[in-house]
Amino acid sequence: MQMNRRQFFKICSAGLGGSSIAVMGFSPTAALAEVRAFKLARATETRNICPYCSVSCGVLIYSTGDKSKNSQGEIIHIEGDPDNPVNRGTLCPKGAGLRDMVQSQNRLKWPEVREAGSKEWKRISWNEAIERIAKHMKADRDKNFVAKNANGVTVNRWPTFGFLASSAASNEAGYLTVKTLRALGVTQLDTQARI
Amino acid sequence: MTNHWVDIKNADVIFVMGGNPAEAHPCGFKWVIEAKKNRKAKLVVVDPRFNRTASVADYYAPVRAGSDIAFFGGVINYLLTNDKIHHDYVKAYTNASFLIDENYKFEDGIFSGYDEAKRSYAKDSWKYQFDKDGFAKVDETLQDPNCVFQLMKKHYSRYTPETVEKVCGTPKDAFLKVCEYIASTAAPDRTMSYLYALGLTEHSVGSQNIRCMAMVQLLLGNMGMAGGGINALRGHANVQGITDMCLYAQTLPGYLSAPTDADPDRATYLTKRTPKALRPGQMNFPQNFPKWFTSLCKAWYGNAATKDNDFAYDWLPKLGGASDVLSIFHAMYEGKMNGFVCQGFNPLASVPNKKKVGDALAKLKYLVVMDPLATDTSEFWKPHGEFNEVDPTKIDTEVFRLPANLFAEHAGTFTNSGRVVQWRWKAVDGPGESKEDTEIMASLFLKLKAMYAKDGGALPEPIMNLTWAYNQPDKPSPEELLREINGKALSELTDPKDPTKVLFKAGEQLPSFGFLRDDGSTACGNWIYCGSWSQAGNNTARRDNSDPSGLGQTLNWGFAWPVNRRILYNRASADLAGKPWDPKRTVLRWTGTAWGGNDIPDMRPDAAPDQNVMPFIMNPEGVGRLFSREIMADGPFPEHYEPFESPLDRNPMHPNNPKAKSNPAARVYKGDMEAFGTAKDYPYVATTYRLVEHFHYWTKQSKINAIMQPEQFVEIGEDLAKEKGIKAGDRIKVRSNRGFIKGVAVVTKRIKTLDVDGKKVHTVGIPIHYGFKGATKPGFITNTLTPFVGDANVQTPEFKAFLVNIEKV
Repeated sequence: MQMNRRQFFKICSAGLGGSSIAVMGFSPTAALAEVRAFKLARATETRNICPYCSVSCGVLIYSTGDKSKNSQGEIIHIEGDPDNPVNRGTLCPKGAGLRDMVQSQNRLKWPEVREAGSKEWKRISWNEAIERIAKHMKADRDKNFVAKNANGVTVNRWPTFGFLASSAASNEAGYLTVKTLRALGVTQLDTQARI
Repeated sequence: MTNHWVDIKNADVIFVMGGNPAEAHPCGFKWVIEAKKNRKAKLVVVDPRFNRTASVADYYAPVRAGSDIAFFGGVINYLLTNDKIHHDYVKAYTNASFLIDENYKFEDGIFSGYDEAKRSYAKDSWKYQFDKDGFAKVDETLQDPNCVFQLMKKHYSRYTPETVEKVCGTPKDAFLKVCEYIASTAAPDRTMSYLYALGLTEHSVGSQNIRCMAMVQLLLGNMGMAGGGINALRGHANVQGITDMCLYAQTLPGYLSAPTDADPDRATYLTKRTPKALRPGQMNFPQNFPKWFTSLCKAWYGNAATKDNDFAYDWLPKLGGASDVLSIFHAMYEGKMNGFVCQGFNPLASVPNKKKVGDALAKLKYLVVMDPLATDTSEFWKPHGEFNEVDPTKIDTEVFRLPANLFAEHAGTFTNSGRVVQWRWKAVDGPGESKEDTEIMASLFLKLKAMYAKDGGALPEPIMNLTWAYNQPDKPSPEELLREINGKALSELTDPKDPTKVLFKAGEQLPSFGFLRDDGSTACGNWIYCGSWSQAGNNTARRDNSDPSGLGQTLNWGFAWPVNRRILYNRASADLAGKPWDPKRTVLRWTGTAWGGNDIPDMRPDAAPDQNVMPFIMNPEGVGRLFSREIMADGPFPEHYEPFESPLDRNPMHPNNPKAKSNPAARVYKGDMEAFGTAKDYPYVATTYRLVEHFHYWTKQSKINAIMQPEQFVEIGEDLAKEKGIKAGDRIKVRSNRGFIKGVAVVTKRIKTLDVDGKKVHTVGIPIHYGFKGATKPGFITNTLTPFVGDANVQTPEFKAFLVNIEKV
């Protein structure tokens, strides 16, 4: 098929499959370099797992960029992993929306604080956030730590601080969380497993 | 799950009660369809709603929300009276023949040892009779009136089909039909896979609900079999893994029961948790408890954990009493807590009685929310119209919101409901300044450590000595962490049978928990994950999906705990001689010299059948428990009790004993008992549920999911709609004694009016997914309505059966 660049773009904009036409060889002879390529063809494919229910379906995440240093990737598509023996490439209506979850308008982007009695959030730095939280925790722990109970038994716990841990976190994050919390003496600890 | 997702395809009957996998676990549910298509398996569903799982079932029966034990009791009675049990299995592999203490009694709904003031039982009569060697006595004829089999028969003889109809509202013929399907799997070569989810657990009798089905599966000989098992369809993609890591108060990683005030020293602690075999020759695998625990202490405290300091036993906090999401929020409500962290958790939406939870959070000095999203909880202090009516000027809690990463933005493992641990790779960085959970926890911990190093304070030792040998201390990598979880040799390990033979050099990763020691020479962060990262490398990243057995075991895909075993109790899939009950679905068999087959044996590999080592190796008696001894809080046999908010004014099983109306051993706080409503004001049974388009309170933040299901609705049956003059599409208000929500009425044929104990009972179904933050239309939080009471054993809240009233607005 012979056509010039203008005719070619006219066909492409007429509807579905413009770039597939290019792949099938129907491209303007003089302007190959300008053909819009498939995003997927250049995307980086990463194997991951849908975070919703406990079927834990395998997913393939397609993102722009090649993961090289300083390259900013963006997810362009997520689909079921056809090699995963449990979901065999399928996803349900929950998992079908995964990209909109990752790119939700309500993603938090920086630390914030809402001061006592205030009506709004205030952006703060990570340093300030960690410093202020750690100060609260240390003051609370030093004041309320129970080394021995009424019977003189060593109990070494911190009863005035509680933590709800995430079942959306990885095993490794969960392990590091429980390791640090127990070292601090935390016993007021729970997770979604109970509810 | 004792089995796994793909194994569902091996079942002959799939029984779903207390779950709705077609909507809540759709991709796992495909294996049910596979079984129906390829094996002509029958799908049987019992549920208060004719849900989408029911819509493709071979048989559906309705049941009143909160009456499951009456139904199961009826099933047990049916199996026993119609002699539909797997006799050889029951006799050999369960405690049916065990003799129970003569002081054990059950009278008018209450078991022996009840203390009404404490709402708890002294359980000294709920035990076996023992011989002079400390072994349990048995009667292999099963005729002794005090043997478990006879006691069970007597206990459940009260649960006739007529009683089931009266208590559950399930028509007698429908109940009997369900029983026939279940009973068909008593044949040695037929199996039933039992699937359940929160519909069974979220009751004040939740644990006993599940015990009922464990009993049914033992009676039918379905445990350990391909296509059998008790299969919990769990929540989040890594809820299984986080449970395994034990991010809750009662246990340490690997389900090691946590030390309490009653365990003043290491010796006392270990003695109590290291059982002796209760029958001769049994594996009694928990006898290895000291090895698992000591290896954990070494993983956490390294060289600072020595024999001389009891391996740092004192540094572990001792649990002083109740600690669970209900007790924690109750303590907060009473002003007893100062600080709180929600990591990927939205308790304002997911804990019962939203008003109480909000009031509790308002009493904190500081609240930290680590989350990828702006959750409802993070804005508990902010007015959101009628959905969250608060005055921020009166709330002094300092609230921090820290941006965390989502699944696509970090690497590491998730463990699915079938215990398969799978590695995930990172795709992209998170938005803005967001960080991984590991990095947030590390920076917080290192900041505290620096403060304690500089200024000292309360017990700094466990903070200063916690092992932290990560290449980048503020960014521990998932690879480093999984290797630590797996465990390694700390010094050269030699073969106990031949000390000249070196098994592992110091520093080598261990391939299985069989090599852990209690002398401090091994470290392991979680014994059940030992083998996930051996010297061979990261076994969770294995991606060979070949399936030579055709059973779907895929033994080279990821890593299943324990030791890559895919079906638990698989020794029970073969008879006493080691021959598979069903040779077409061989899981395990005795080859003459060892156990072999299509799974990792759940048995000592060289235990010849004539040694009579029984399959339930984690139980000191070696067999499955029909009678649960002193392990449960509310009785050794499950008994029906009404929900705390019941449409009936009595328990139809014990009409004259008000003490036995609701679970006598459930914990109820002062103030919460008063907040229960009665049928006079709130005549309808409410039950919460989930939709196929949404996941908990999470996907309301995702645009496409919000487009698919944009708005809160409330489902009612046609009879109730007619009675109240409500049409589909009307806005209605649903009230409980704790608050109200509003939603769009959906009038369906899916919820039927039931006849219960001479009364018409209507059910109201309420999806949970909405709130005031998200891409969906702002809505009320469903848990505004639910009661603050939990199961007597594990305190899972009673979300599935409570009382409401409705009106058109």
